[in-house]
Amino acid sequence: MISFEGVTKRFGAWTAVDNLSLTVAAGEFRVLIGPSGSGKSTVLRMMNRLIAPDAGTIRVEGEDIARLKPETLRRRMGYVIQSVGLFPHWTVERNIAAVPDLLGWPRARVRDRVTELLTLLNLDPERYRGAYPHELSGGQQQRVGVARALAAEPHILLMDEPFSALDPITRGALQAEMAAIHTATGTTIVFVTHDMDEALALASRIAILDRGRLVQSGTPLDILTDPADDRVRDLVGREEWGLKRLAVETVAERTRPGETAPGDPLAAGASLRQALAAMVARGTDRLPVADGQGRPMGALHLADLLRGPDRS
Amino acid sequence: MRRLRSLLTDRLALGLLVLAALVLGMPALKPLFAAAFPALDRPLYEADGFLALTLDHLALAGGASLIAVLLGGAAGIAVTRPFGREFRGILDAVAAMGQTFPPVAVLAVSVPVLGFGPAPALIALTLYGLLPIVENTVAGLESVPEPVREAARGMGMGPGALLWRVELPLAAPVILAGVRTAAVVNLGTAAIASTVGAKTLGLPIIVGLNGSNPAYVIQGAVIVAALAVVLDAGFDRLAARLTRWRPNAV
Amino acid sequence: MTRLRPIHNRVALLLAAMTVAAALALPFLGFAPNRLLSGKAIALGAVPGAGWSGAALLPVALLLAVPFLRPGRAVNALYVGAGVLAAAGLVWLAGQHAALLAAVASPAARTSFGAGFWVMEAAALLAVLDGVRRLGLGPAGRVAVGVLAAALIGGQFAAGHLDQLSIMREYANQRDVFAGAVLRHAALVAAALPPTLLIGVPLGIAAQRSAAVGRLVFPVLNVVQTIPSIALFGLLLAPLSALAAAFPGLGIGGVGPVPAVIALTLYSLLPIARNTAAGLAGVPEPVREAARGIGMTPRQIFWRVEAPLALPVFLAGLRITLVQAVGLAAVAALIGAGGLGAIMFQGLFANALDLVLLGAVPVILLAVAADAALKLASALALSRLGRTAA
Ligand SMILES: Nc1ncnc2c1ncn2[C@@H]1O[C@H](COP(=O)(O)OP(=O)(O)O)[C@@H](O)[C@H]1O
Ligand SMILES: [Mg+2]
Repeated sequence: MISFEGVTKRFGAWTAVDNLSLTVAAGEFRVLIGPSGSGKSTVLRMMNRLIAPDAGTIRVEGEDIARLKPETLRRRMGYVIQSVGLFPHWTVERNIAAVPDLLGWPRARVRDRVTELLTLLNLDPERYRGAYPHELSGGQQQRVGVARALAAEPHILLMDEPFSALDPITRGALQAEMAAIHTATGTTIVFVTHDMDEALALASRIAILDRGRLVQSGTPLDILTDPADDRVRDLVGREEWGLKRLAVETVAERTRPGETAPGDPLAAGASLRQALAAMVARGTDRLPVADGQGRPMGALHLADLLRGPDRS
Repeated sequence: MRRLRSLLTDRLALGLLVLAALVLGMPALKPLFAAAFPALDRPLYEADGFLALTLDHLALAGGASLIAVLLGGAAGIAVTRPFGREFRGILDAVAAMGQTFPPVAVLAVSVPVLGFGPAPALIALTLYGLLPIVENTVAGLESVPEPVREAARGMGMGPGALLWRVELPLAAPVILAGVRTAAVVNLGTAAIASTVGAKTLGLPIIVGLNGSNPAYVIQGAVIVAALAVVLDAGFDRLAARLTRWRPNAV
Repeated sequence: MTRLRPIHNRVALLLAAMTVAAALALPFLGFAPNRLLSGKAIALGAVPGAGWSGAALLPVALLLAVPFLRPGRAVNALYVGAGVLAAAGLVWLAGQHAALLAAVASPAARTSFGAGFWVMEAAALLAVLDGVRRLGLGPAGRVAVGVLAAALIGGQFAAGHLDQLSIMREYANQRDVFAGAVLRHAALVAAALPPTLLIGVPLGIAAQRSAAVGRLVFPVLNVVQTIPSIALFGLLLAPLSALAAAFPGLGIGGVGPVPAVIALTLYSLLPIARNTAAGLAGVPEPVREAARGIGMTPRQIFWRVEAPLALPVFLAGLRITLVQAVGLAAVAALIGAGGLGAIMFQGLFANALDLVLLGAVPVILLAVAADAALKLASALALSRLGRTAA
C-alpha cells in the first residue's frame, strides 16, 4: 500500500529521516512511535507530499508519488493532526464536506455522507451539523476532524498524534472508535504517537523510529517479547513491561477449555491485564471465562498468566 | 407599523433616511436658516446642488478607497506568499511610518508634486488609504492558524483554494477593519480636498468659513456627519456578517 | 542547485528601477520666474554633472549596483551607507543647482524640488530602511543611522547650502510667522491634553469596571471619532456662536482656538478611554487576586499593580491621540485656530506651493516626532516592567 525505499530528508544540517525503508500493507493499522524529534511527523508528511524527500522513493498503491500532483494525492488520503485545524468559519457540515466538495460530489450524496459520519463518530447529526467549531469541546472537534478525513472514503488515513491533546477519558473513547472504524472499513491507517500504551492498544504493526532511523518493526507482541535494543525497552517502560505484555493478549488465548471456576465470568475478549486486575480485586487465583454470547468456555488460572506466550 | 418600528431602531436604515432627507431636502430648509441667521443675505448654499456635491464626494472618497482595497489587498497577499516575502519588511515599515503622517498634510504635500484638482486628490487619498489596508491584510492573513493551513493543504487544497476558501475568509474581519479605517479617513479628507480643487461637501464649509457664513458651514457639516454615521453603521453591519462564525458573534 | 541567480536583492532592484525611472522621466527640479507661477521642469540630466555634483550622484550609482552584488554584511553595510549618502547627496545637488540658478536669475525666481527628486529621495531612504533590516541592526544602530542621515541633511540646512531652494526662500520671508505658527500648533495640541486626560482616563476606568458604562460610552465616542474633523468644527460653530452671543465676556466663540481645543478633546477621548480600559482589562486576574490575597486595599491594588501593568497600553493610546491631534490641529486652522495649518491653507488658497510645503512638512515632522517620543516612552515603561518591547 505504502512503501519507503531508502528515503532521506534533511533540514539544513539535521537529518530528520535517514535512509528509511518501510512498508505499510493494505488494511494495516500501522503505528509510528518514537521520542519527540525522531522524525515521525516528517515520515507521515512525506506520505502526502507536504514534505518532499531529498532522496529515495515513496510509493502509494504502487505509484511513485513524486509523479502525482500533490493535490490529487492528498484528496485520496485522509489527514488528521493533533491541533485538528478545523476551518473556524465553516460549520461542522461544511468542514466534513470539504474534500467531497473539492472532488465535486453531488449535494445529496455529500449530505448523506455527513450524516453517516457524524453518527459513526457518536455526534448527533441534527444537533451538530450546523454548529461552528468554537461551539464544540476538544474531543468533539477531533471527532469532526476524523470525520472530515474519512469523508471522501480514502484508502489511507494519516493521523499525527490525533488524540495527544485530549483528556484520558476522551482519548480512550476515541481510541475505541478508531479501532472500530478500522475493523469496519478496512482502511489502511498510519498513526503517529509517542504513547506506547496507545500504540499497543491500536496497532496491528508498530514501527519504532529514533533519530530518523527505523529501530524495529513488528506486531505489538514482537515489540514486547523481543525488543531490538535498550531504546525499545526504554520506550516500552522497563517497570511496567509486565503489565503491558499482559495488555496485548486476550483471555481466550490462555483459557483452559472445559474447566469451571466460581464467580462472575471474564469475557473471552478481555485482556490478560484486565483478568489480573479482576483476580486481585476478588482475591482469587481462578476465574471462569465466557464467550461473546455469555456461554461458558473454561477457566483462567493465575499461573497461566506467568507463562511466556504460546509459540505453538 | 412593525416595519416602521424596525426602521426607526435600525441605525443604518435611519441614517440613510436622514442622509437622503438632508441631501434632497436642504433647499426646503432655507426659511429655517433665514430665520436662524437673519443677518445673512444668502442663507442657503446654492452655488452647487447638494446632491451633486454628495455624489462627487462619494466618488472621490469611495473611488480612492476602492482602488486602495484592490492595490492594498493585492500587495498584502503578495508579501505573504513565498515569492513576495522579501518585500514584507519594507512594506510593513512604510505602512507603519506612513500612518503617522496626518492625512491633511499628505493631501497638502501632494499639491506641489501632483497639482490641484480632483485627480491629484484621488491619488493622495488612495495612497493614504493603502496603508491601513495593506497593514491589516498582512495581519489578517498571518493570523490564520498554522494547523488550519496544514489541514487545508493536507486535504488537497491548492494555493488558490487555500487563499480564497480559507485564508481570505478568515482574515476578512481584520481586513475589513483596515478598509473601514481607510474609508473613514478618506471621507473626512475628501471634505478637506475642496481646498485643493476637488468639489466635495467640504466646499460649502470652506466657503462659509472664509465668507463668515455659518449657514453654509452647517449645511455642509450636517451632510458630511450624516454620511459618516451611515458609513459607520454600514461597516458595523458588514463586520457582523463577516464574523458570524466567531465565538463572541451575536 | 547552483543555478545562476544574478538578482540577490529584489527590494533593491525595485528601488533601483524607481530611481532610474524617476531620473529619466520626472523633473528633478522646477524653475519658476516667481513664487506664484508654475515652473519649467529641469531634468536630472540637465543639472551640470562636473566635479562635486558628479560625486554627489556616486552613491546613487552604488545603490543601482546593490541588487547584483552577492549579499553579505559588507554589501548590506554598503547598501545602508550608499542610501544615506544618496539621500544627502540628492539634497546637496538640488541646493547646489538652486544656488547656481539664483546667481543668474531674477531675485523673484524660485527653484523647487520636482517629482523626480521626491521619488529618488524616497527610494534612497527606503534603501536605508531595507538595508538596516538586512544588516540586523539593533535599536542603537538604527538610531545611529537615523541621526547620521538627519545630520547630513539637516547640516546642509543649517549651513545655508539650501537657502536658494524655494521652500527656504519662503521660510526666510516668513521666519517670524513660522516660529509663531509652530508654537501655536504645539500649544493647541498641548491645551487639549489636560481635559482629555481628566475626562478620558476616568471614563476608561469606569468602562472597564462596569460593562454597562462601556456599552454607553464607547459607541458615542466611536461616532464622534467617525465624524470628519471639518464637519465637527462646523457642527460646533452654531452652539458655540450662540454661547458667545449669550455670554460675550467668556472669550468663547464659534471660531478661534477654543472650539479647536474642544474638538481636539472630543476626538482624543476615544483612544485614551479605550486604551485605559484595554490596559486595565489586560491585567491578569490571578495577579489581581494575588494582590487582594496579600491584603492590598483597592486603592493600593490600582496604584501599585493595575496602573503600572496597564501603562504600556495607555501610552500607546496617548501616542495615537497625540499623532492624531497634530493633524487635527492643522485642520483647525480653517476655523481660525492658527498654527502650521494656517500657513498651509494660506498657501493652498493663494496657490503658493512653497507656502503649502512650509506648513505641511513641519506638520508631518511634528507627528513623526510625537510618535517616536511616545514609542520611546512605551519602550521604557515596558523595560521597567521587565518585558521586552514588542
Ligand atoms: N520544517 C522544518 N524545518 C526544520 N527542521 C524541521 C522541520 N520539521 C521538522 N524538523 C526537525 O526534524 C526533526 C524531526 O521532526 P518531526 O518529524 O516533527 O519529529 P516528531 O514528529 O517525531 O516529533 C526535529 O528535530 C525537527 O526539529
Ligand atoms: Mg510530530
